[in-house]
Amino acid sequence: MHFAFSEQQTEFRDAVRQVLTKECTTDHLRAAFEHPAARGPRWTTLTELGVVPLTVPETHGGLGLGLVDLVLLLEEAGRVALPEPLLETTALAAPLLAALDGAGAGDGAGPGALEAIAAGRVTAAVAPTSVAPTSKAQATVAGADGADLLVLTTGTEADGDLELHLVDATTVTVDPVSSLDPTRRLGIPRWTPTPATRVATGPAAARAMAGTADRAATATAAELLGLTERMITMAAEYARERQQFGKPIGSFQAVKHLLAGAQVRLEFARPVVYGAAWAIDQGTPDASRAASVAKAYASDAATEAARVSLQVHGAIGYTWECDLQLILKRAWALAEAWGSAADHRALVLDSLVTRS
Amino acid sequence: MDTPMDLRFTAAHEAFRAEARSWLADHVPPPRSLPSLDTAEGFEAHRAWEQTMFDDRWSVVSWPEAFGGRGVGILEWLIFEEEYWRAEAPLRVSQNGVFLLAPTMFEFGTPAQQERYLPAMASAREIWCQGWSEPDAGSDLAGIRSRAVRASGDDGWLLTGQKTWASRGAFAEWCFGLFRTDPEAERHRGLTYFLVDMGAPGVTVRPIPQLDGETGFAELFFEEVFVPDDQVLGGVGQGWSVAMATAGSERGLSLRSPARYSEAARRLVALYTDKLAEDPVRASRTADAVAQAWMDAEAYRLNTLWTATRVLDGGSVGPEASANKIHWSETDLAIHRAALALLGPEAEWHGSGVDAPWLDGYLFALAGPIYAGTNEIQRNVVAERMLGLPRA
Repeated sequence: MHFAFSEQQTEFRDAVRQVLTKECTTDHLRAAFEHPAARGPRWTTLTELGVVPLTVPETHGGLGLGLVDLVLLLEEAGRVALPEPLLETTALAAPLLAALDGAGAGDGAGPGALEAIAAGRVTAAVAPTSVAPTSKAQATVAGADGADLLVLTTGTEADGDLELHLVDATTVTVDPVSSLDPTRRLGIPRWTPTPATRVATGPAAARAMAGTADRAATATAAELLGLTERMITMAAEYARERQQFGKPIGSFQAVKHLLAGAQVRLEFARPVVYGAAWAIDQGTPDASRAASVAKAYASDAATEAARVSLQVHGAIGYTWECDLQLILKRAWALAEAWGSAADHRALVLDSLVTRS
Repeated sequence: MDTPMDLRFTAAHEAFRAEARSWLADHVPPPRSLPSLDTAEGFEAHRAWEQTMFDDRWSVVSWPEAFGGRGVGILEWLIFEEEYWRAEAPLRVSQNGVFLLAPTMFEFGTPAQQERYLPAMASAREIWCQGWSEPDAGSDLAGIRSRAVRASGDDGWLLTGQKTWASRGAFAEWCFGLFRTDPEAERHRGLTYFLVDMGAPGVTVRPIPQLDGETGFAELFFEEVFVPDDQVLGGVGQGWSVAMATAGSERGLSLRSPARYSEAARRLVALYTDKLAEDPVRASRTADAVAQAWMDAEAYRLNTLWTATRVLDGGSVGPEASANKIHWSETDLAIHRAALALLGPEAEWHGSGVDAPWLDGYLFALAGPIYAGTNEIQRNVVAERMLGLPRA
């Protein structure tokens, strides 16, 4: 039992934090809101640092590391509301393609894609995992607008005709779906599946998507931790400075208790997310449930921190000018993405009842 | 050395677990078979249980062997607790001494004090209550007025004043408490930590019936009670910092092990599963609360392992102890509230011949956000020490 990150992992985290604090300021975020893009100079920096290729197997030019290595970096991405698709590319697409490649299920598209990801040449987007293709929500893919590679599905697991496809963006038309946070680059891909794009079918496809669902829940939860800490930090800073009745509003118990409540949720969400990352890397029998606990906890922590940080800022927080809005919007989006807190609570309870 | 993350217990840990499980299986009385520890009869029955544990060195596993423990670390203690709660073993009547006073005595006590008090505490021959709160010093603990003045023989102190909400106070043999030794000093200064024999002349105990009808706590009146110098714990005038060390362990890791909640959450899921067959409509309406309560217990378990690792790596528990106290007390409430919602009209059944563990547990849980420093005080600590907000 040693429930802690290694020194190497925390040192890497510190290095990434230092870079992102400089290269992903709120001014950068405002620019990204104006012109959302999947790749730019920051993506090159993150690739050179070893963040982007982290989960790509060493045989394909990456570092071959796991989710435990990645969660702290996703937390940093969340802290600065990184607009680039680190989650979709490094946390989801690369492990998914690596798993298919390893299982011999790929048809050759995988290895090339992994090398391109590791080199920072391409970014990816991954279709939602619980497929109900008739609904617009389920057809909408985060990061689709601007991604170089898309992992898309046809059919459903229930009907036994689920297929996974790796599709080059040049063969896809993406109908943009606007989001409150434009850097989400949501879109509905219009595309034609072909035997050449197919990378998995049947049980292999189902397994790959189930694994992706767990990774997505945990990775999103990790970003939400960073976003939550950022919102609490911004509000605490404001509460120390803003004076009313002749003293900082942070000295009033009503304000203190709002922020303390949010902080307690954050404190308890952290080990839950880290534990889920470990369970997924180890492939423990309860990994899927751990991922659901992580997402439910982190979503609720972020939703509460968003409400509280806005309340503490008062009217200024409700303005476009205040930087808080840049963080709030990502938190609101990710709290519901890849399964809401309620969705995941239901999954947790199902797994407990089935097992008992 | 750079240790990778690992949430598995070692083979040695699992062997310890097996030993504890086997002993408990052979010795634990049937669940809820002892009378309530807040009755005279139940107090003695629980004392006898502690003695049974002590005889085989299971009452204080983390203490040094010299004092009746097994000298094991915090992880083994957590494992023992998991097995203890899983076995539905009795509540610990000696917990105020074992979990609140003992850590302070290990840190501040003289060798003679440790020798005198710890073994008797471990065997429950002497059971302790806590004398901190006063009628006018609750959340504002530094407002303590009970005082101690030098005795005429200059070999001790005379204690005068009133303490209240002393859990186990109705039956305990000993009391640890804070008294003001320097009347000129303000607030946190001028307090001293005393060990008081409840049988000493001048001590009067008035049990207070709680809302559940039992006398779980008591008021203690001190009228020039003589306490010799060797019953001062830590230095004279150092009482506040000595006491806060106890508060740190109370709210930190030792008072409420996660196993207590993991086990209650497991039983909650079992209750939900039963209701799912019996009354699926009610069950479905409560599903979200059941899941949340189970997750709260799971988050507490993981957070404890996270903190334990930090402590084992040489770190400490600071204001996180306050966050911890808020979380476990609210978790306990969430678990029991969800259970009562599942029980519906049966939730209120109580009294003669009715075993109502969920209702009793709920009443107990309701005290959680109040004792050991109210959750409002803990939120102030979190805001001031973790977020740097200014004091009022």
